[in-house]
Amino acid sequence: MKTEGQIRIPSGCAIAAVISKEGKKMSGEAITNSMRPMHDRSNGLGGGFAGYGIYPDYKEFYALHMFFDDRTTRKETETFLKERFEIVKSEIIPTRKMPAITNEPLIWRYFVAPLKSVLDRMQLDEREFVARTVMKINSEMKGAFVFSSGKNMGAFKAVGFPEDVGEFYRLEEYEGYSWTAHGRYPTNTPGWWGGAHPFTLLDYSIVHNGEISSYDANRRYIEMFGYKCTLQTDTEVITYIMDYLIRVQGLSPRDAANVIAAPFWETIDKTSDPAEKERLMYLRKVFPSLLITGPFSIVFGYKGGLMALNDRLKLRSMVVGEKDDMTYIASEEAAIRVMEPNVDKIWAPAGGEPVIINVKDGVSL
Amino acid sequence: MVLDVKDLQYNEINEQLRAGSDDIQITGCCGQRFIAAGFSDKKIDISGIPGNALGAYLNGATINVNGNAQDAVGDTMNAGKIIIHGSIGDAAGYAMRGGEIYVQGDAGYRAGIHMKEYKEKRPVIVIGGKCGSFLGEYQAGGIIIVLGLSDDEREIVSNFPCTGMHGGVLYLRSDAKNIDFPSNVSAAEASAEDLDAVKGYINEFCGLFGYNTDEILNATFTKVVPDSKNPYKQMYVAN
Repeated sequence: MKTEGQIRIPSGCAIAAVISKEGKKMSGEAITNSMRPMHDRSNGLGGGFAGYGIYPDYKEFYALHMFFDDRTTRKETETFLKERFEIVKSEIIPTRKMPAITNEPLIWRYFVAPLKSVLDRMQLDEREFVARTVMKINSEMKGAFVFSSGKNMGAFKAVGFPEDVGEFYRLEEYEGYSWTAHGRYPTNTPGWWGGAHPFTLLDYSIVHNGEISSYDANRRYIEMFGYKCTLQTDTEVITYIMDYLIRVQGLSPRDAANVIAAPFWETIDKTSDPAEKERLMYLRKVFPSLLITGPFSIVFGYKGGLMALNDRLKLRSMVVGEKDDMTYIASEEAAIRVMEPNVDKIWAPAGGEPVIINVKDGVSL
Repeated sequence: MVLDVKDLQYNEINEQLRAGSDDIQITGCCGQRFIAAGFSDKKIDISGIPGNALGAYLNGATINVNGNAQDAVGDTMNAGKIIIHGSIGDAAGYAMRGGEIYVQGDAGYRAGIHMKEYKEKRPVIVIGGKCGSFLGEYQAGGIIIVLGLSDDEREIVSNFPCTGMHGGVLYLRSDAKNIDFPSNVSAAEASAEDLDAVKGYINEFCGLFGYNTDEILNATFTKVVPDSKNPYKQMYVAN
């Protein structure tokens, strides 16, 4: 079987997300159920979730979620990890055996802290070191794949329909203040567990409905900064772009949205506020190669927040709902109504208009 | 007859609708697609959120939704009527070629994209609220009427209306002075005769959703039509 990286995958898909601005914890059951009415947007070749705030007992440690082809690969990878990290806990990620999910790889998680001696020697800050280590494993170690690497968050993904994947990973047993979800519709690939969404790096995660046409231009640019796009899926490159713009360049999520879904020049020309016009022009001029074209609706997850964004032509659907301190995002209103039948407000953001929801200041994450 | 569709797939729903009475109330709807696709008779009333492509290829039936609807309502609809007591998603009336769609609230992007008409077949969409970008994109026929009755601050229609329009007519209940239309269309204040021609549809809208027709008509309307027999001229290449 060819895995991803050998075949390029266009995809359709469904997305959903939920966040509590009060930082209230909710189990993964509701987000799993939200995917049920959107079943037909996926074809069973990929589903996945990201949960934030799910590992409070280990929140100081990076949670590495990994797929391994076999035991030998796992042993070799663990040897490699021990040279770089203190591993405070390693375990098999609990799953539920079910007929809908088959051919699973070995699925493990490691709670780790980078060794100070290694950081000092390499003169890297902790997050850069972890990001580089993830890149190294995913591009160089055959049969090993890190699919989640943030603190106090985790991605869970598989080949299957998303509602089955949620049950498979027993998401009802986790509690998070925000969740994102994805159902995948790749059209010309055998599908592989690593190629399901979310795509993550550190605490950044992306779920994506669409098919970006600027993939290769974006990839060539982002690979100059040490990122390695190993899977050839468009979503992977979006994750690295967001990491680069926000973590490395220090942009806000809103600025990053105005880079990847920059307004048309004629729309910028019509902007009446001179400071806003200047900001938009600046971002377009400095990061022209990170403009993402083609259809997309994405939810970007990060520590303490979510950002929903459509491409500027809005070639994919997305709706947002609110009720008390909760915000819901989904490809279809039906998915939101599953999570909250009585939303107070429901609307469709315009193309290129980011919707950013942060947990309130002062809430301990 | 009442049909609870809570645990039914779209194909099961349509089978039961076909086998059911002439007047059916659907309850518990949550995202099932293609409801009443191709139906040529029956009256269907829906509570809950119908899924995408509601009434696709509709051929004469009447659908009433007591709330919002999702994307592609009335896709390629041929005849009949769809009434939405709420807002609709993107691409409403996609390639519609007959029948009428009445929406109380707002429409998303690309409402009326590629509507068309032929002889006596002339589709109509009336939107009570406001519209997203690309309203009437590639419109080839039919009538789109936008009333702008929702009370938010935004313009009655967002960016790039009538892109590639080459047939049909658009009415906006607005002077449209802040709206940029492409060079292939003409926008001008609608005359009394123009409004007379579409008064029946506005009257129908007002009857459905409880508005006063005279009050709605007592406003400036802008009429937009394509302005040449060769609307793509200069759009892609000089021809």
